[in-house]
Amino acid sequence: MSELDDLKTLIDKATPTPDAAKKAQHLALAQENFEAFQGSRGRSRQTSDNSMWTGVKTMLTRLTSKGGLTLTTAIVACGIMILTPAGQVLLDGPGTFGTRGIVEPAPEVVEAEPVARPEDAARPVASAKVELLARKGAEADFAEPLPAAPAPLALESSVGIARSMEENRVISQTADTETFANEDPNGVKIAAEDPVSTFSVDVDTASYSIIRSSIMRGQLPPADAVRIEEMINYFPYRYPAPEHGEPPFRPTVNVFESPWNANTQLVHIGIQGTLPAVENRPPLNLVFLVDTSGSMEDPVKLPLLKQSFRMMLDNLRPEDQVAIVAYAGSSGEVLAPTAASDRQAILDALNNLRAGGSTNGQGGLEQAYSVVEGMSADGEVSRVILATDGDFNVGLSDPRGLEDFIAEKRDSGTYLSVLGFGRGNLQDATMQALAQNGNGTAAYIDTLSEAQKVLVDQLTGALFPIADDVKIQVEFNPAKVAEYRLIGYETRALRRQDFSNDRVDAGELGAGHSVTAIYEVTPVGSPARLSDPLRYGATPADTDSDELGFLRLRYKSPGERSSQLIERPFSANGKADSEAKFASSIAGFGQLLYDDSYLGDWGWDDAIALATANRGDDPFGYRQEAIQLMRLAESLDN
Amino acid sequence: MDTSEEELALAAAAGDGQAFARLMARVYDRLFRLCFRLTGSQHEAEDLCQDICAALPSKLNTYDRKARVTTWLYRVAVNAAHDRRRRMATQARAADGWRDWEVNRKAVDAETRERMDWLSQAMRTLPDELCDTLALTLDNMTHAEAGEVLGVAEGTVSWRLAEARRILKSLRKEEGVT
Repeated sequence: MSELDDLKTLIDKATPTPDAAKKAQHLALAQENFEAFQGSRGRSRQTSDNSMWTGVKTMLTRLTSKGGLTLTTAIVACGIMILTPAGQVLLDGPGTFGTRGIVEPAPEVVEAEPVARPEDAARPVASAKVELLARKGAEADFAEPLPAAPAPLALESSVGIARSMEENRVISQTADTETFANEDPNGVKIAAEDPVSTFSVDVDTASYSIIRSSIMRGQLPPADAVRIEEMINYFPYRYPAPEHGEPPFRPTVNVFESPWNANTQLVHIGIQGTLPAVENRPPLNLVFLVDTSGSMEDPVKLPLLKQSFRMMLDNLRPEDQVAIVAYAGSSGEVLAPTAASDRQAILDALNNLRAGGSTNGQGGLEQAYSVVEGMSADGEVSRVILATDGDFNVGLSDPRGLEDFIAEKRDSGTYLSVLGFGRGNLQDATMQALAQNGNGTAAYIDTLSEAQKVLVDQLTGALFPIADDVKIQVEFNPAKVAEYRLIGYETRALRRQDFSNDRVDAGELGAGHSVTAIYEVTPVGSPARLSDPLRYGATPADTDSDELGFLRLRYKSPGERSSQLIERPFSANGKADSEAKFASSIAGFGQLLYDDSYLGDWGWDDAIALATANRGDDPFGYRQEAIQLMRLAESLDN
Repeated sequence: MDTSEEELALAAAAGDGQAFARLMARVYDRLFRLCFRLTGSQHEAEDLCQDICAALPSKLNTYDRKARVTTWLYRVAVNAAHDRRRRMATQARAADGWRDWEVNRKAVDAETRERMDWLSQAMRTLPDELCDTLALTLDNMTHAEAGEVLGVAEGTVSWRLAEARRILKSLRKEEGVT
């Protein structure tokens, strides 16, 4: 009982006495509504009940809106102006309790507002689940129905106020309330009706790291944090690499019996990017955009970030250039573009980064991009590396403007990588959106070894795109395939017509990266078929072809505007190697965490056995770690 | 002032403005205290209180003369808290695409976060129904009374409290609060 007793003591101690002015306001409001309700009830006797309710509801909505306005800065003034006259009329009426005097101090509140209200910011609004309860974010919505409020104008005319508004509109996160981007699991599609599946490649790995850190803390990750394709793509695979003179990546398709269902097959598509000639790589221009807001002051955030960058620095070349832009209280360019050979200067600048202060909203991202533009020369690769714990208040006040901004920079050839640090405040959804719009990758770094993997082992891949806007389209042959289901890639789905539309953005592929996608397919005539064939449906032409489907890949060479196409058919006679089987064990792992409705009796033990048997050559121990995670997850899943 | 709350509520339901005013004056502090327990923050509690005050007049006809005013009032409060959460969730969901950005961007910085005590964090972490249940029992209601407010069995209340305790315990362990 002790937790509850403690909580009771705490809450009893913490319970504030009601604010007298607020109380008076609320009581006045109640009274006003009481009168209005009595009045409308009287009237409503002649009409239907319905209209009475509508009337009261409209009124209540309006009143709530007014209340909502009393929350911030300039708006408070308007709110009071609107409320007070009505309030006074009411307070003069019968049944009041002499609270009129108490309402008067309201103007003081107005003056106190522009000083950031910490309680406002501290108001924790996120629930433990995915929903972000955007309490403060809703203010704009509150304000809109009230045409009398000049608040939006006031905000625009005064930058200072707008800033403090911005800061007041803070969503505070409790330790476990990250928000995650995810969609419902991809459902089963009927090949005869919908034979084409289109999606963008995804080389992000953030989801896997989040899952790992969750399981290591003894909690199964929230299902929404599980993005199966990011789990699968976390691991390096030894797929056949393209030969010299071929397109920069090479697809391999394996078809084999699904581990969890003897009557279905997995179509495993592995795409291997060309391995870079590291010694010939073009010079790099890197701008580290570092979040140094107060929340970064945590051993697993800024200090880990510094260490990570230091490790990365050791792998740069003398001709590479590095600049550092910090955004927070101490915002601005903290290191002008410096040759990587001047290690000491870069290290000093890194070490001088201090977390502290509030985010001052000077366009950190804008600045980073302008710095990187100054560094770029032909044939060089430019990239902004945003390191943050999720506080993306980088100073562009208009989110739509930001979208355009990042997209425009993407077209100009500057890439964006997003590195997430620390948990508790992480806006996974934002990270993902940012990286996707910036033609970049998102990774989440929780340990030094993860930093090693992301920044050092994959330095070449993460930093050298070999193909942009890589899209995958698979057309299934309805004569062979009854049903199919793409495992993962829920957030990466593209419309069929977007495949050939070069203006539609998709993921980039870095040098040496591999991408894996797995479909579960039900062959025609398989007892595992979930849907009954149509009696009057067109019978698919049963050609002699043993093609199961047709794979199309589109990509653009970095910096180019028009895409190139790779296409090839695949048939059901592929063989599974250990790479494909390991990938399928991770697909199973992901489904066990996310949605195991297609797995039948297949469980943790099967996933562990499959992964163990196909561990292969595992020089960095990533696969072994995954097997341990599965074991831990199994013990948590009971 | 000797009139019971129950009598005041009935009179108010019948249209007596003065009775309603007296009732509100009597119950307001109690209502606020519950709102605080439901939300864990003064501002949230004030906003919730305002919603309830605005809506109460139209709810008077749901007052059942056999019930205690407190039970009825708390039921209204818990429902209002639900509505509020739902509304906020809807708004958050409506903020799709780049509106997410606007929402997400408002992350917290350490200065403000430090002020957020364990208490309100704890309340946030609990699922809604556990939070409601806990708020009521922390307000000195018995399990049976809380069950009456929430419209669930007494056993459910006890079970929810055990569940809340379990979550709080793990939360506390995680955060190293002593």
